[in-house]
Amino acid sequence: MTDPLLRVENLKTQFFTDAGTVRAVDGISFEVREGEIVGLVGESGAGKSVASMSLLRLIEDPGEIVAGEITYKGETIFGLEEGPDGELREREDMLSNEEIRTQIRGNEIAVIFQDPMESLNPVFTIGGQLREFIELNRDLPKDAAKEEAIRMLREVGIPDPEQRYGEYPHQFSGGMRQRVLIAMALACEPSLIIADEPTTALDVTVEGQILELVDELQDKYDTSFLWVTHDMGVVAEICDRVNVMYLGEIVEQAPVDELFHDTKHPYTTALLNSMPRPDRTVGELEPIEGVMPEAINPPSGCRFHPRCPEAREVCQRVHPDAREVAHADGHPHRAACLKHDVFDAGYDESPPLETATQETAGVPAGGRSTGGPGGEDGATDLKDSVIEDGGEPTDGTRSDDRGETHE
Amino acid sequence: MAIGESQMDDGGPTEDVEAKFGWRHTLGKITDDTTARWGLYIVAFVLVISAYTMVDSNLSRLTFGVLSDFTFAEAIPIFDHPERIPPPGEGESHLPPAFHADGSMAHPLGTDPTGRDYFTRIVYGAQVSVSVGIASTLIGFVGGTIIGSVSGFYGGKVDDFLMRIVETVYAIPPLILIIVFTVFVSGGSPDITYAILGVGITFIPVFARIIRSEVLSIREMDYIEAARASGVKRRNIILRHVIPNSIAPVLVYATLQIGVTILLVAGLSFLGYGAQPPTPDWGEMLNVSHGYMHANVWLSIWPGLAILVTIMGFNLFGDGLQDALDPRLED
Repeated sequence: MTDPLLRVENLKTQFFTDAGTVRAVDGISFEVREGEIVGLVGESGAGKSVASMSLLRLIEDPGEIVAGEITYKGETIFGLEEGPDGELREREDMLSNEEIRTQIRGNEIAVIFQDPMESLNPVFTIGGQLREFIELNRDLPKDAAKEEAIRMLREVGIPDPEQRYGEYPHQFSGGMRQRVLIAMALACEPSLIIADEPTTALDVTVEGQILELVDELQDKYDTSFLWVTHDMGVVAEICDRVNVMYLGEIVEQAPVDELFHDTKHPYTTALLNSMPRPDRTVGELEPIEGVMPEAINPPSGCRFHPRCPEAREVCQRVHPDAREVAHADGHPHRAACLKHDVFDAGYDESPPLETATQETAGVPAGGRSTGGPGGEDGATDLKDSVIEDGGEPTDGTRSDDRGETHE
Repeated sequence: MAIGESQMDDGGPTEDVEAKFGWRHTLGKITDDTTARWGLYIVAFVLVISAYTMVDSNLSRLTFGVLSDFTFAEAIPIFDHPERIPPPGEGESHLPPAFHADGSMAHPLGTDPTGRDYFTRIVYGAQVSVSVGIASTLIGFVGGTIIGSVSGFYGGKVDDFLMRIVETVYAIPPLILIIVFTVFVSGGSPDITYAILGVGITFIPVFARIIRSEVLSIREMDYIEAARASGVKRRNIILRHVIPNSIAPVLVYATLQIGVTILLVAGLSFLGYGAQPPTPDWGEMLNVSHGYMHANVWLSIWPGLAILVTIMGFNLFGDGLQDALDPRLED
């Protein structure tokens, strides 16, 4: 297979704050191939945005990329090597700040931000901003840039682009503004667009239109996307492959169909169960218990174990890295969960953790995730359900206690 | 305005949108407000007068090398030469204003102790006061905007360094700075230029602090991040994105500040550190006239009134501008 467009290996981005080191991104690896839409999914605070900003080296003080390698089209965006004094230093072939700014940002990798209301400068016209962006990155004269800007506005489905060219951002609705931002991102025909929750601030009907537009434009321009979101529905709609992030780590990595139908990580399962799905009928949604811990002081072992319905004693001790647990469509299906055989950490023998979380969230989540394998998992589920049936009245108070200890 | 709002929601084409934004709209809102309108009239009036006299005296300077014996204003009957002292026996000194029994229509506001027409001097005095007010406010405004936006945008050590300097300057009263300039730069002869510089520099900290606080919130905006992500130079981000979005409150403050500056410079002229005789300047005229307070009280009243009205004009205009630029007061 040819080299991927973007390869990220073991990327670590940390913030050095007074309270301690925040490991916002803690060793993630993924790839984006040409013409692909790759999802980066997770709760707020999982490190999705920091990860995507690291790709453009847009991490500001006190944050810093401390390890890993980012390769884009064979160019090193970030890379470290060991110097003669044993200290890590930036590699020779790493692009300079100036090269990143002039060659990569906007030209090769563009970003669509979350809030279309905030992403356009309110004091300049839409057209002026779009034109300036094109002038800047494509070296076109003013007139040509203006024509190009109007063409792009038409391209993203803004009616009457000649007239709207001269209007200000506040005169556009949210969906229209997001279209403008997409036009801006596409204007320089980048090979990769990082979409940082671009539809989160929009209502669902507009979201649908935008997704459709992106799909259309992606077919036409063959641009790759890194789609950052917390919305599994959007992922299902648009992505080819998905990376699920939890607390700075990628816990599951799979093609989108595999992820939905053969889920390998309990966190992904829990995410899927916490939202309505058109293909399932459920009586009640199950939110994931508790809140994500601070990245300053992550839990020992598997980072998800305090909230995991399938956690066992071994999960407190052993920290799983993402390993290939299955293979589908020529893509590996990786998961970082000890319950899979490849880890061989003694999960099956380990006693389940008796936590409130486990009791309340365990049954349905576990029950659904184990569509394929294991009689043993089934047995665990059965046992859990017995516990839950018996202990229901106390559940509420106990899970509250847990919530407090997290904070 | 309601039209603009409703059309914004459906995302359809909008008409007459320019009416709500831009300087035309701001000007419209100012003229809607009676006090602000009067402020605008006064400011416009004073500006026109100073512009005219500035052209006049500069034309004669260009033509004759110095402010000559002839000014073009003299072609108008009520004007006299602002600086020329009439030869002994010709002009009458301490002439009272025209409405006084002893007054004459040839000198509507009377004459000063050397026999010069006081009306002409008041009119020409506007030029000095207004240009000094605007020039030193501009120094503070431009200097403060640059320092404040750089400081706020870069943050960290740059911010610490610049703000400590700014705070040091903040502690220096303008008069001290002007005396220092006068003594060390010009070797002891006071000049209006040092008054402008001194006042301007001491205003930099105030402007810098206002704009810095604005920039601190602006720099967190997504469009700044978006500009960075699309490879815009930092300098251009500050110039194109940060400053235009944080300038409004500083602009209002600057307008109000012009009034304060005029008063301050008039005070400095009164003390002898500003405009020097025979230049007509309201502060300098007060300086001369306070010695004749008992003999001819009108000499003190006219420049005082001129200062009062001008400052009032700038303040009313500034208040109106503040209201006009405040989106919360949008009806």
